[in-house]
Amino acid sequence: MKYTFSEKKDTRSGFGVGLHELGKKNPDVVALCADLTGSLKMDAFKKDFPERFFQVGIAEANMMGLAAGMTIGGKIPFTGTFANFSTGRVYDQIRQSIAYSDKNVKICASHAGLTLGEDGATHQILEDIGMMKMLPGMTVIVPCDYNQTRLATIALGDHHGPAYLRFGRPSWPIFTAADRPFTIGKADKMIEGKDVTIFACGHLVWHAIEAEAKLAEKGISVELINIHTIKPLDVEAILASVEKTRCVVTCEEHQINGGLGDSVAQVLSRFRPTPLEMVAVNDSFGESGTPTQLLKKYGLGPENIIQAVEKVLKRK
Amino acid sequence: MSQQPDLIQLKKLASQIRRDIVRMVHACQSGHPGGSLGCADYFVALYFHFMKHNTKFNMDGRGEDLFFLSNGHISPVFYATLARAGYFSVKELSTFRFIDSRLQGHPTTHEHLPGVRVASGSLGQGLSVAVGAAQTKKLNNDDRFVYVLMGDGEQQEGQIWEAAMYAAHNKMDNIIATIDVNGQQIDGPVSKILSLDLKAKWQAFGWTVQEFNGNVMEDVIAGIAKAQSLAKQGKPVMNLMKTEMGAGVDYMMGSHKWHGVAPNDEELKKALMQLEETIGDY
Repeated sequence: MKYTFSEKKDTRSGFGVGLHELGKKNPDVVALCADLTGSLKMDAFKKDFPERFFQVGIAEANMMGLAAGMTIGGKIPFTGTFANFSTGRVYDQIRQSIAYSDKNVKICASHAGLTLGEDGATHQILEDIGMMKMLPGMTVIVPCDYNQTRLATIALGDHHGPAYLRFGRPSWPIFTAADRPFTIGKADKMIEGKDVTIFACGHLVWHAIEAEAKLAEKGISVELINIHTIKPLDVEAILASVEKTRCVVTCEEHQINGGLGDSVAQVLSRFRPTPLEMVAVNDSFGESGTPTQLLKKYGLGPENIIQAVEKVLKRK
Repeated sequence: MSQQPDLIQLKKLASQIRRDIVRMVHACQSGHPGGSLGCADYFVALYFHFMKHNTKFNMDGRGEDLFFLSNGHISPVFYATLARAGYFSVKELSTFRFIDSRLQGHPTTHEHLPGVRVASGSLGQGLSVAVGAAQTKKLNNDDRFVYVLMGDGEQQEGQIWEAAMYAAHNKMDNIIATIDVNGQQIDGPVSKILSLDLKAKWQAFGWTVQEFNGNVMEDVIAGIAKAQSLAKQGKPVMNLMKTEMGAGVDYMMGSHKWHGVAPNDEELKKALMQLEETIGDY
């Protein structure tokens, strides 16, 4: 296997560490949290920079407005709450006070997707990428593991404009190097191949790696590209890979409508019509269970990726 | 503000801005004249007497007093005030609500109109933004004030009460908020639609609350001066400003009907006869 891991950690911890590093580096970075400091791993920032940490209580709409206002005078606010409360609950606040107002707010969202687990469907948002990517000017980033989440958080410190950073709760393999280059908007080619391209984001990049190993045993050469930035999408990287492989599978912990697959499909149908299969949640809410059980039940396991690859190869 | 207000000049400005409002709304046959007319005296007092502000606009506004309009539909009075203050040419008022204009139906930063610091229109969001800006002023050791205006119907939005709690809990005493209490909203009188005792409620939320008449320039001046003296004492300040929707144009007053309706040619004439041209129409 080209990627392995010796340790598992939650991606939210990568955010916490990255935010703390940013706090040390840049005195204009401020953090706001809606009563989930521990869950968002913002404790270290809070402890070392108490004057720049703002506990807003269970009042997410106000948090988004506060963050927009705090940019006036030069601060760079990072908001922290669950992905559900970072998007759907406050969509109009983000739309008007942040996106349309061109405010430099970084919306940092944990517990995204099914892997939130036992809390169930009320909290398992699977529509957030779609909502956020539709907003003009919004950058949308979905890193794949602890290290990449840390790097993405740090990169946001120097990025100007509204951004949505999506990460999660479960302990997950750390398979990228701590110093692997990360550039917002630039796709990360993780495995070179020639028969099929897998575009994946977030936790499912690991499942794609597992699927690739099994497909390689069957003699199928997979190109794996980590699309950590859904918007702006690296169209050039997508088209270059498809030019070679001529078929595509997309993988994400999100609804089939509105996510990464939807973005890739749009590019392909406009510029290079190509057979495409999508591994995503098929227009359904989640439920309580362990992350592994849920990913299996809702069709997001490595075996689902393998099936999708075999199916798309036949359509070539 | 230690300087004595030039009441004659301020009243002239208020009259001219009322003419601007009616003419802007008439020209595009849309927009919100009622609340705009009602708040003209408040805007004039703020921008021409109280606020320290730089018409060479800078988004960060460090060392300046900041103003946020939460009830963005009264953009005509905001735009006319900004233009008359020198943020942009008064001629640009003629572009209000037309295609390719920086003067959008509701205020926005998106077209880079000087003087606007956040988009507003979807109600209930301005207080949060203002409190955020006030928070940054505190972080930057900037002792200027942050002003914000809301509507009384707008108080039905839940986000306002989240911001109210936050501001009082965190002792945001550099914020001077005002509610335009004109008692009207689109579907009728606020008292018939959804209302409560605003004074008692804001006090219960931990704010210092005072009331003044928003359509007598002397009272507005005294009211904002009093608000400044009440600020910086550990609590945010709320002005309940009683106004008449449509103030200055007799047939628009005393009803919710002119909330979002433009006058026709004849009605425009009738309105302009009641509003003296003091500085010169755009």
